[in-house]
Amino acid sequence: MAHRLLADPRHFQIAALGGLLIYGVLGLDFDVRWDVVLVGVVTALAVQALGTRWAGLPRFDARSPLISSLSLALLLRTESLALPALAAAIAIGSKFLLRSRDKHLFNPTNLALVVLLLTTDRVWVSPGQWGHWAFFGFLIAALGTLVVQRATRADVTLAFLGAYAALLVGRAWYLGDPLAIPLHQMKSGALLLFAFFMISDPKTTPDSRAGRIVFAVAVAVLGAWMQFRLWEPNGLLFALAALSPLVAVLDRVLPGLRFRWPGGEGGHGGPPPRSRSMPASPTLAFERGAS
Amino acid sequence: MTRRVLSFVVAALLIPAAAQAFCGFYVARADAKLYNQASQVALVRDGDRTVLTMANDYQGDPKEFALVVPVPTVLQKDQIHVADGALVAHLDAYTAPRLVEYFDSNPCADLLRKEMEFAVGSGAPAPMAAEAAADRLGVKIEAQYTVGEYDILILSAEQSDGLVTWLKGNGYRIPEGAEDVVGSYLRQGMKFFVAKVNLGEQAKLGFSELRPLQIAFESPKFMLPIRLGTVNAKGPQELLIYALTRTGRVETTNYRTVKLPSDAEIPPFVKSDFARFYVDMFGELVRREGMRSVFLEYAWDMAWCDPCAADPLTADELRELGVFWMNDPNSPRMPSLDRRAVQDVFVTRLHVRYDRENFPADLQFQETGNRENFQGRFILRHPWQGSPNECREAREYLTVELPARQEKEIQTLAHLTGWNVNDLRRKAKISPPKEVKEEKSWWQKLWGDG
Repeated sequence: MAHRLLADPRHFQIAALGGLLIYGVLGLDFDVRWDVVLVGVVTALAVQALGTRWAGLPRFDARSPLISSLSLALLLRTESLALPALAAAIAIGSKFLLRSRDKHLFNPTNLALVVLLLTTDRVWVSPGQWGHWAFFGFLIAALGTLVVQRATRADVTLAFLGAYAALLVGRAWYLGDPLAIPLHQMKSGALLLFAFFMISDPKTTPDSRAGRIVFAVAVAVLGAWMQFRLWEPNGLLFALAALSPLVAVLDRVLPGLRFRWPGGEGGHGGPPPRSRSMPASPTLAFERGAS
Repeated sequence: MTRRVLSFVVAALLIPAAAQAFCGFYVARADAKLYNQASQVALVRDGDRTVLTMANDYQGDPKEFALVVPVPTVLQKDQIHVADGALVAHLDAYTAPRLVEYFDSNPCADLLRKEMEFAVGSGAPAPMAAEAAADRLGVKIEAQYTVGEYDILILSAEQSDGLVTWLKGNGYRIPEGAEDVVGSYLRQGMKFFVAKVNLGEQAKLGFSELRPLQIAFESPKFMLPIRLGTVNAKGPQELLIYALTRTGRVETTNYRTVKLPSDAEIPPFVKSDFARFYVDMFGELVRREGMRSVFLEYAWDMAWCDPCAADPLTADELRELGVFWMNDPNSPRMPSLDRRAVQDVFVTRLHVRYDRENFPADLQFQETGNRENFQGRFILRHPWQGSPNECREAREYLTVELPARQEKEIQTLAHLTGWNVNDLRRKAKISPPKEVKEEKSWWQKLWGDG
């Protein structure tokens, strides 16, 4: 039983996100209300259940909606109760609706955050709130995830962090800034959360290793440009959403083996067994006969 | 039911201001005067528009005064303004952390206390030859103005050492080692706003104090350049930031923004010593956070306050500070609790103590949708002065509740300030409980021998 629990990286991810949320609220005084977390989790599970029926998936799987809603709870700040519900609905709904080549196009949490950040000023993301003290504990949780994932998608995280660090150090070198500045920028809890828990999602990254590295570097470059040229504090989130459609292209150019969760697919996105008529748009429908 | 209503009315009669004092009676505030050489900056921000008001308590010879600030754009003369120093002082007073007091009620009329409990609501002009020298050094004087008592230059440069040499040659004291920082700003496309006092204009205007300088510009950069101030600085610097926005709280995106430990109950003797308490408490807080955080001291809808350390700023004062949307008749108005003054302005007061080691990068901000009011507030509770023999509750209050609370207040005070807990106990002179006449229990009354 324990072995089976450890075999699926999602179980560790749920525990790590839950732990970070508790630490954030109790240890770092995050402005997160428990009712907001609850509304998000319940909505995510409900939308997953609806989507499971709609797509005719074999069984309901609570793991991925839990991961999405816990990530949203960690990142999305709002005073409203309706907006976190909407965020969870966008996140989970997008997995069923926005698909290409039998993969969902966007990282669910990322898409929900970007849509809400662009459409309302009542939500925000607090990238500075992890502070400095949180850094080490966070690093451990993140590295732990890497180990458990048995490096299946560590290449995205490492390529992203490497590229982003190189950009920060390069910028500091160009500006004549001390190394303390890029180091300070790297020691950001928000950056690690993005690198280890968002961009690393195996279901929304390219299938081949080469594709994943190209994708990670592209996100780092666009994200840094948005942060340092457009002065957008959430540049990385926007960059990931903007570049997600690139994954479909990379999968065509650099094909590779499709990722499957070791614990079974459940509702996370395997092809629906029953035939059902779908809209014709390739980005809005399951692609028939992809596997 | 009748009794409840009645006792509430009595309560209102006894303490006439109680209805307006859910957050306690205002006693004192911890404003910018507590700190030597604190800089104060008001940041009015909406969209890409910023109005920056820079005030400082410079006490020296005006001849020696110079201000060098990196700015994102070349500023036209009418983008620069000199404000009344009283504006920033008022903003400081309105947002300052505050001490409030409550008076314990007669425990024999307990309802009164219950009502009070639910308190917390949530130099000389640049010489003409300067231009030629500037050219030689690769420095371009983009603009040159006299505004109020200040002579102002907007400079850009190819190289930082040229600019630093020029500034030094023109009587600006630039710390050693500033070239790198100046160079970094130049490469980021920033210009330098430099100001000196024009003594002739100052004499004509008749102001003895240096008034705050204001600049208005449009830029996506929502930041404060603090790095120049940390070069070669003797010890940490103190900065108070008042952000005035439309949507909600402002927070730093590259440092943690930490709330003050608000609503702590501390012993009443702090009343006479609030300034020292606040300075030590803040020092301890900075130490505990490893001097790596920015502290939130106040966040409130400008339309009201409870309790008020000073009245909210008037519409005229806000406009003078640069709240440009107040003129706009089309601006959507936020609902406010106070019908007298619908201001549509949310103020955030941030306090940061910084040095080069712990704050290597400039402060970057974002406006959030958080409109939750927060105030740095410390509470004194004056004990009820009465006899333990008045009623059973009085005995309970004086022998159990009060001593426990006083001990807790001492512990809180020691924890917040790092002061010695035993010294505090002595200072508090926690009086031993008054002599209590032993009341017989009901079974003693029932079976006792009388």
